[in-house]
Amino acid sequence: MAELQEKISKRFPGATFEEGETLLINIADSSLHDLVKALRDEHGFDYLVTIVGFDRTTALGCVYYLASTKTQRLVSVSAQTTDRDNPMLHSIADLYRVAGLYEREVYDFYGIVFIGNPDMRRLFLNIDWVGYPLRKDYDSNPELNPVSIENERQSDTTTEWVEMPDGKVEKREHTIFEEDEFVINIGPQHPATHGVLRFRTSVDGETIKKIDVYMGYIHRGVEKLCEDLGYMQTLHFMDRLDYFSAHNYHHGLCLCIEKAAGIEVPERARVARVMMDELSRIASHCLFLGTFCMDLGATTMLFYTLRVREQILDIMERTCGARMTFNYDCIGGVIADLHEDFVKDVKELLAVIPKNLKEYNKLFTGNVIAQNRLNGVGVLTREDAISYGVTGPSGRASGWACDVRKTHPYSGYDKLDFKEIVRTEGDSMARFKNRIDEIEQSAHILEQLVDNIPSGEWLAKVPKVLKLPVGHWFQMVEGCRGVFGVYIESDGGTKPYRLKLATPSLPAAGVVDHITRGQKIADLITIGGSLDYIVPDMDR
Amino acid sequence: MEMKKVTTKSMPYEAWKDNEYIEKLVTELQESGANVVVGALDNLINWGRSNSIWPLTFATSCCGIEFVSLGAARFDMARFGWEVARSSPRQADFIMVAGTIVNRMAPVLRRLYDQLAEPKYVISCGSCAISGGPFRKSYHVARGIEDIIPVDVYVPGCPPRPEAMIYGIMQLSRKMKVERFFGGVNRKEDRKKYLAEHPIEDC
Repeated sequence: MAELQEKISKRFPGATFEEGETLLINIADSSLHDLVKALRDEHGFDYLVTIVGFDRTTALGCVYYLASTKTQRLVSVSAQTTDRDNPMLHSIADLYRVAGLYEREVYDFYGIVFIGNPDMRRLFLNIDWVGYPLRKDYDSNPELNPVSIENERQSDTTTEWVEMPDGKVEKREHTIFEEDEFVINIGPQHPATHGVLRFRTSVDGETIKKIDVYMGYIHRGVEKLCEDLGYMQTLHFMDRLDYFSAHNYHHGLCLCIEKAAGIEVPERARVARVMMDELSRIASHCLFLGTFCMDLGATTMLFYTLRVREQILDIMERTCGARMTFNYDCIGGVIADLHEDFVKDVKELLAVIPKNLKEYNKLFTGNVIAQNRLNGVGVLTREDAISYGVTGPSGRASGWACDVRKTHPYSGYDKLDFKEIVRTEGDSMARFKNRIDEIEQSAHILEQLVDNIPSGEWLAKVPKVLKLPVGHWFQMVEGCRGVFGVYIESDGGTKPYRLKLATPSLPAAGVVDHITRGQKIADLITIGGSLDYIVPDMDR
Repeated sequence: MEMKKVTTKSMPYEAWKDNEYIEKLVTELQESGANVVVGALDNLINWGRSNSIWPLTFATSCCGIEFVSLGAARFDMARFGWEVARSSPRQADFIMVAGTIVNRMAPVLRRLYDQLAEPKYVISCGSCAISGGPFRKSYHVARGIEDIIPVDVYVPGCPPRPEAMIYGIMQLSRKMKVERFFGGVNRKEDRKKYLAEHPIEDC
């Protein structure tokens, strides 16, 4: 890192550096684009993990987390502006394809305009929304933005701010769809969109020309809510983002807070967390197999796969007391010890999994209709997967080894023996098969742990009201759908000053437009299903 | 006249937790004087109606997944005749609002409700749909759906267990049994008033 710092300070004399868990480079907005470009092209930081917007009352700005897919190093770049009325930063949307979406999110939350982003619309909120909700001076009076049953006003144009050679910024309007294009509206209430997501699909005959993904139908403002709650209280929202990776998300947030507060987690709790993560990964992939096949018309699969899922939910219910919103991981460990039957139940589960997987493969994978509908449909190349930030089983189906359990091991994953499933085809079939194989690997992890659960405490001593020191932390974990990142910024108080949740479903929805272009409209269901996004996870 | 003991699915009348509500409904009906012949026909039609309630496939978040579990083999809502989940509101009998309703979703929910064919019912499922739940303080969440559409049954929980959902739909089925199908399902008056207050815009 010192070498990187030297090279950058030579080339960008204005840059200042902050050492921390990752190197933070503070840069003026004018050199932001050049710096990020240099980091990408010369230093191999080809993956944009997330863009975190912030409002430090004196300044509005962003922190960019970049990672290298070769060396797995992380670096962060920060740029800010003091102009609160017309905040503007330069866009990096031309460097990373996913950046366009993240910048729209920051624009929606903070009102920061990105010069050069070709699609500067609000992402989650209506175009008539008053104020920028994540700003510290946001007026949350519901009368300003009432719940209305009138249809929202929609615009068919989008705005781009372009920088002229003389440094002036000019506003330009673009139409999203041409006048003679035939646009079909799919969603928000459609059984195949897996929740409330809307695709405005422009078609030429049966071929898709362009898709405008329209989200925000379940945007619940979790990040803002967290700013008013103590650290312990923020945890329960993690259950309700991606409700299939409830344990994994809890794990991520707990790790981030524990890292900041310097809390050591007892060994038993660590193993319990990992086991719960892997159990929920199996349950999540089982549900994916069921609903995905149901989307394609094979309803029977759902009944077979949910059988295993129910068995897992029973195991979790015995320990956590709930079927879906477990709230099991907490700061310093887990809230309750594992149930006395836990080991027996997990062993019973592990005994039935191979038999079930065989059955799934017999029922669906080898089926000639499934083969025809999945092979070669919705191909995503490795470069695009990285540029669009598509992680998890979908990214690994494109040949990108992006499993956080391997790249940035946490909670003892480095001591466990499991394979990272990587395929190179990048089509829907690869994404489907990857998940079946991951069930096998998760079962293998459970096999190693089930007889070796250490005894002892399961919860460390943690103060009732937790205060974090001033600073910021970033933690990544592997959710069931990909990389889940947590960014916490603390001002030394009992509440997070900024809590950003970087979820895997948002980039997965962002890539739909790219991989469906030129495909048939019937394949949109296949492709959307195989990406396996969860809408509340995307919208937060 | 003895109070009619309304029950459904061979569940003993005493096992229901909230009989006062249904008794009040029956008393109101008796006071308005149901015609005997029509009453018998009503019973026949209601017997059919209440045993095949078709839901609309509608889910915004976590509760929807429990609804999927309800449809699968373990909880098997096909036992009760509810398994025909329709994707079009025009073919459905009731809408189970499973999940948070946010500002952007509110007009969509309202339109789905308007598209349901009469007689139509709404179950508000889970704390988000009832009051906003854990997201009540958020800037982009509706604090309960009764401001958007009228609700028949509330099912609390976060998310409610599938058993709770079964109980909720059974309550709805009980409610259907005491309604007069002829001479207007008894909510019609309220509905007219409701629609007058919330006119449907041209679309």
